[in-house]
Amino acid sequence: METVHLKINNIPVEVPKGYTILQAAKQANIEIPTLCYLKDINCIGACRVCMVEAKMNGRPMRGLLAACVYPAEEGLEVFTNTPAVIKSRKTTLELLLANHNKKCLSCEKSTTCELQRLAREYGCDEEHFKSEEPRYEIDDVSPYIVRDNNKCIQCMRCVAVCKNVQTVSTIGAIQRGFNAHVGSAFDKSLADAPCVGCGQCVVNCPVGALKEKSQEDKVWDAIADPEKKVIFYTAPSIKATLGEAFNMPIGTNVEGKMAAAIRRLGEDVTIFNMDFTADLTIIEEANELVQRITTGGTLPMFTSCCPGWVKFLEHYYPEFTPNLSTCKSPQAMFGAVLKSYYAKKNNLDPENIFVVSVIPCTAKKFEVTRPQLRSEEAYDDVDVALTTRELARMIKRAGLDFTTLPEEDYDAPFNKATGGGAIFGATGGVLEAALRTAAHTLDGDFKKVDFEEVRGPEPIRTVTYEVAGVKITVAVASGLGNARKILEMIKAGELDCQMVEIMACPGGCINGGGQPIPTDYVLNNVDYKAIRSKALYDYDKNSELRSSHESPVIKMIYDEFLEEAGSHVSHKYLHTSYIERGHEYK
Amino acid sequence: MAEKTVQPFRETDEQKQALSQIIERNKVQPGALLPILHEAQEVYGYLPIEVQQRVADGLGISLSEVYGVATFYSRFSLTPKGKHRISVCLGTACYVKGADKILAEVEKKLGIKSGECTDDGLFSIDSCRCVGACGLAPVMMIDEEVYGKLTPAMVDKILDKYIKEEGESK
Repeated sequence: METVHLKINNIPVEVPKGYTILQAAKQANIEIPTLCYLKDINCIGACRVCMVEAKMNGRPMRGLLAACVYPAEEGLEVFTNTPAVIKSRKTTLELLLANHNKKCLSCEKSTTCELQRLAREYGCDEEHFKSEEPRYEIDDVSPYIVRDNNKCIQCMRCVAVCKNVQTVSTIGAIQRGFNAHVGSAFDKSLADAPCVGCGQCVVNCPVGALKEKSQEDKVWDAIADPEKKVIFYTAPSIKATLGEAFNMPIGTNVEGKMAAAIRRLGEDVTIFNMDFTADLTIIEEANELVQRITTGGTLPMFTSCCPGWVKFLEHYYPEFTPNLSTCKSPQAMFGAVLKSYYAKKNNLDPENIFVVSVIPCTAKKFEVTRPQLRSEEAYDDVDVALTTRELARMIKRAGLDFTTLPEEDYDAPFNKATGGGAIFGATGGVLEAALRTAAHTLDGDFKKVDFEEVRGPEPIRTVTYEVAGVKITVAVASGLGNARKILEMIKAGELDCQMVEIMACPGGCINGGGQPIPTDYVLNNVDYKAIRSKALYDYDKNSELRSSHESPVIKMIYDEFLEEAGSHVSHKYLHTSYIERGHEYK
Repeated sequence: MAEKTVQPFRETDEQKQALSQIIERNKVQPGALLPILHEAQEVYGYLPIEVQQRVADGLGISLSEVYGVATFYSRFSLTPKGKHRISVCLGTACYVKGADKILAEVEKKLGIKSGECTDDGLFSIDSCRCVGACGLAPVMMIDEEVYGKLTPAMVDKILDKYIKEEGESK
């Protein structure tokens, strides 16, 4: 490998040719501040915060260089911390702050905002530059994401993630000069755009310009209402990420504290385990797959638990909607079970059951508004979908000292689940859980439970398994750019498989748009997706029961209510339909 | 969200066909978007959402990317132009002579903003930078006609003349 030699703050470094100054500095353990930089996703030198001074052949170079894009060259001497550099950064920050709505007091990103952190580091107190404000109307029309362009610093990270990673590109740079801003075409609301709601823009925003549409107040009201029976359940990935909101190390499993915290949010708050409906999804989906294979149904079957993926397909590949499994997502299945079976068993009026799902995702907030998830009796399956971040804020507001809470269990009867349900939160997990149950169905003596081949880390995995003489080929991808590749392969006849698992967010739900937002340092330097996933796979490995069909709760619900997989009862409550949306703006 | 006023989109079969040809002819070359938008604007007079969507689909890119380019360059217009195009000069000489008041008067009289077109399609307003008649400042042009040494009161009379002509021709 060809390398180049340079000095950074007088420290000699040797780096591969093609490295930027920023990467070379990293190797010399020197941090250069950035705002617009997102490793591998957004390297455009736009924010001018990473400027450095440099000398070549002993002679000072003209002007400052943007470290995130300027290549490390042989003989270059870089200085990251000179008075000229500091002055430039400070002025840049002050210019950014001039156009930034500085109402930090109640801003969701206050204390975790990258701009605020740099302003503090560089002592940007005085307002040297004044701008007009407020300049933009806040877009809070969609049920999932709120954009406040008055806080946007135009780093273009949201635009880059939407375009380069998700290949959706519903947002872009609009106009020029002072009027330049980020938004959907024709400045339409996200609600009217073919946005899939994945929320990757939110988790990659360095400031508070993007956030989920908060519904905490609605939940507080329900908790305070004596008529309402408030039932929470938490998605498989939440246990692996919630701790980060309380400064616990990435990948800490906080399942017990999470159950304890939610129970303490108010009197008579119930907390169930959504891994149960992940197991339930597997039973229904495995049955559906077998039905499709044996009766000549549409193949390959696509998983349907990720609402960002479902909406992506409805917008951009409507011709593939028949491939989607008709199974509702675990979130919706749980709500439907609670407002039917559970209500009847406990003599509760479904009207008074207030279902709160805690999900890693902004698209799930859209999902709960789907008219297809409204029962014949006109009950919405789920009343409110809260992101991990919203739950963390509720726990803080309740004054609970999360890290010292005792470890408690979920409430019966929906407390027990399997490792197969837990790994739903990581890419490949749904397929692996399905394979465990399918293999058991086909061959009762089949021993393998770890299907590591589908876990990654390659962006697209296709694996063929042979069980009891039956060959089954599966494909897995996360990130909608990879999903698009799989769809194009299927269209071109290059991929012949029976089942495809797609998660809209890279890495799956553990990196969902509703998860705690990693700092820029973590985003750019730590494989946090792998660490969060490992927490789920460790949880699975240590689970007493690994395969969904072994769950006692699953046995109970089929014995007492659903009869059998694919029965008319399960079709009424656990299955749904899709629509062809097309990608035009409303 | 505040929606911009949008004129209903109408097109002839010739225009539709021309746009398809423009896209087909250009799409092979890199950076095809800009020449396509230029030619599309020549065909339609402006770039409505329907045209931009077809360009996006033809190039396999998103509408937001097309819109980003269409709003970056001031040569592109997102609104149709009127039968009579009013252009108010906001160059330095005109500006110090009160061109902003002239523009405000035109906007008030027609009930639209600069860059927009009246509902009946008769007038559209734009501002420009110096038409080379600084001695007559403040100046506005309606189509090819230059009106100089304007006062807000004169604006009314001038516009009324065009409105009257239109009424007589009907």
